[in-house]
Amino acid sequence: MNMQTTSRLTAAESALIEAYNQQVGDLPGNGAVISARDRLLEDLKTNGLPTRRVEAWHYTDLKTLLRGLPAAGPAGVAAAPAPLVDSATVIVTQDGLSEAKASVGGVLLGSFDTMLREGTAAPGLSVIDRDDTIGKINGSFVRDGYVLEFPEGVEIEQPIEIQALHGGGQIHTRFPVSFGKGARATVIERHAATTGDQAFVSSVSDISLEDGAEVTWIVLQEQGASDTHLGQVRIRVGADAKLRLFVINAGGKLVRQELRIDVAGEGSDLQLRGVNLLGGDTHTDVTLVLGHNVPNTTSTEIFRNVVFDRARGVFQGMIKVALDAQKTDARMACNTLLMSDDAEFSAKPELEIFADDVQCGHGATVADIDDNHLYYLMARGIPRNKARAMLVNAFVAEIVEELEDEALVEALEAIVSRWLERHA
Amino acid sequence: MLEIKNLHARIAEDGTEIIRGLNLTVKAGEVAAIMGPNGSGKSTLSYILSGREDYEVTEGEILYNGENILELDPAERAAKGIFLAFQYPVEIPGVATMQFLKVAMNEQRKARGEAELTTPDFMRRVKEAAGELKINPDMLKRPLNVGFSGGEKKRAEILQMALLEPKLCVLDETDSGLDIDALKIVADGVNALKSPDRAVIVITHYQRLLDYIVPDTVHVLYKGQIIRTGDKTLALELEANGYADIIGEAA
Repeated sequence: MNMQTTSRLTAAESALIEAYNQQVGDLPGNGAVISARDRLLEDLKTNGLPTRRVEAWHYTDLKTLLRGLPAAGPAGVAAAPAPLVDSATVIVTQDGLSEAKASVGGVLLGSFDTMLREGTAAPGLSVIDRDDTIGKINGSFVRDGYVLEFPEGVEIEQPIEIQALHGGGQIHTRFPVSFGKGARATVIERHAATTGDQAFVSSVSDISLEDGAEVTWIVLQEQGASDTHLGQVRIRVGADAKLRLFVINAGGKLVRQELRIDVAGEGSDLQLRGVNLLGGDTHTDVTLVLGHNVPNTTSTEIFRNVVFDRARGVFQGMIKVALDAQKTDARMACNTLLMSDDAEFSAKPELEIFADDVQCGHGATVADIDDNHLYYLMARGIPRNKARAMLVNAFVAEIVEELEDEALVEALEAIVSRWLERHA
Repeated sequence: MLEIKNLHARIAEDGTEIIRGLNLTVKAGEVAAIMGPNGSGKSTLSYILSGREDYEVTEGEILYNGENILELDPAERAAKGIFLAFQYPVEIPGVATMQFLKVAMNEQRKARGEAELTTPDFMRRVKEAAGELKINPDMLKRPLNVGFSGGEKKRAEILQMALLEPKLCVLDETDSGLDIDALKIVADGVNALKSPDRAVIVITHYQRLLDYIVPDTVHVLYKGQIIRTGDKTLALELEANGYADIIGEAA
């Protein structure tokens, strides 16, 4: 390998390179995969981690924020959480590795490890653009994950819950998922720590919806208090497909969740909803790049953020409407409740519109709890703290309730309530 | 039950004085009507009784069962039995009506050292009270006051009052926006609550509501003071002649 001088590297950058040099011998992959990995790591080495001077990372200066890496390898195993809903089919990656016995009725399931060994994973080990640091890190280090293929027309009634669990260490997973024409399913992608040991996690979900597919995809991030989570969801939406994408952040110390969505088929509809529950001394960044690339598509994006303590939150929402994507209807909103004087939230909505016959809008609000609401609840005998908690819950519940599925709504509301009880 | 002595209060934000030396006594078992032209301070008085923080009391006191309540926040006052039925109840998206009712009832019970209601007991009480007020059960499945019509909001306020069983009920223009049928239902709801240990203060512009909720005393509020007190015939006199004469006398 062509080693550069290491003097300008930060501790985390050096640790990444060192980890790669140590692991490359036993990372799964054929020749094509190994050279893809080498290229991605070389890119990381040459360009380093992004700083605030890189526009896409302006509010999340990874070079400064990422102080180092925990030792590679898993630290310990603890009990898996109960599935979000009882009826769910659960498949688990423990410390980044899939389980051979995993299966999901009606769905073709494989391991990403196999794709790496066979080399079919190689084309996907690439970056979306030059600032795709998550793609670089994940592509360099990824060992395993699940590959799910939903056959054409299949209808899976019960949710499938992918539990990406770890007991600390360096964890890199990838989940390529394809929904065939007209397939219907609900998938929960759940990231959680099972011990308090520090983890450095990257995860990429590479999802495609063929024409007419109807999919609910829920990302639930509940990493540990000292964990770094770099998540990326890449989605291509086909014609007349309906995608409901929910992203809930309720954990982690340093979190970046990237949503890269390509609306590629006419008549499709995207409902993106996000909830960020931020507390302690944490940093959480949700970055959306949504391309409406064909005519006659609709989307709505609503994010609700609640920020306690000294937590910092970031939302970057870019909607791009291509030149021929006429009749696009896209609406984005980002609403934040700041619950302490030291809490911070930065919202950067952006519209880049090249078509001339579109409806696009965005709005961002940052506020405290509405005094009129608080007064009303108190005037009925509900003490101040309890009334505040009810109103914060309500602010988030409004979004969660849009999921409609009663069992899921209840499960997610319970997670929100539990989080608020711990932080409010 | 309630004694207001030389009360002076202003809007906290800009210091505008609204209540200027108000005196009022309401006994247990009494229905007192407070009438007065727009801008006389009627709604402000109701907010101050409930403990709204947008107002600042600069002088005087409010004694409730002999205790000065000015230092208590709205929740503490509610737990002691003071209830304000709002003229414009706020819509609170995301808060389920039933959950709100249950929390409010149980928080008040807790504050008074009483056991919390069981769910079946709670459901039974809501069902009974809602039935009497002809409230559609579907309404209770919605978020609090969200999408309720004006009349539904007023009925929901009376439902809360019936469930919380306060000792001092303050109705702020509960008649506004109600048609005659709804007015009767609401008045019946209030009358059902009348008891020797409970007082009701009815704030209104019009005689109409007082045909259904008959007051024992009528007080005319003008420029932040009670300028005249009488019995129910005073309301009829106001209806016939307007406020001009009484205001003229007081001036």
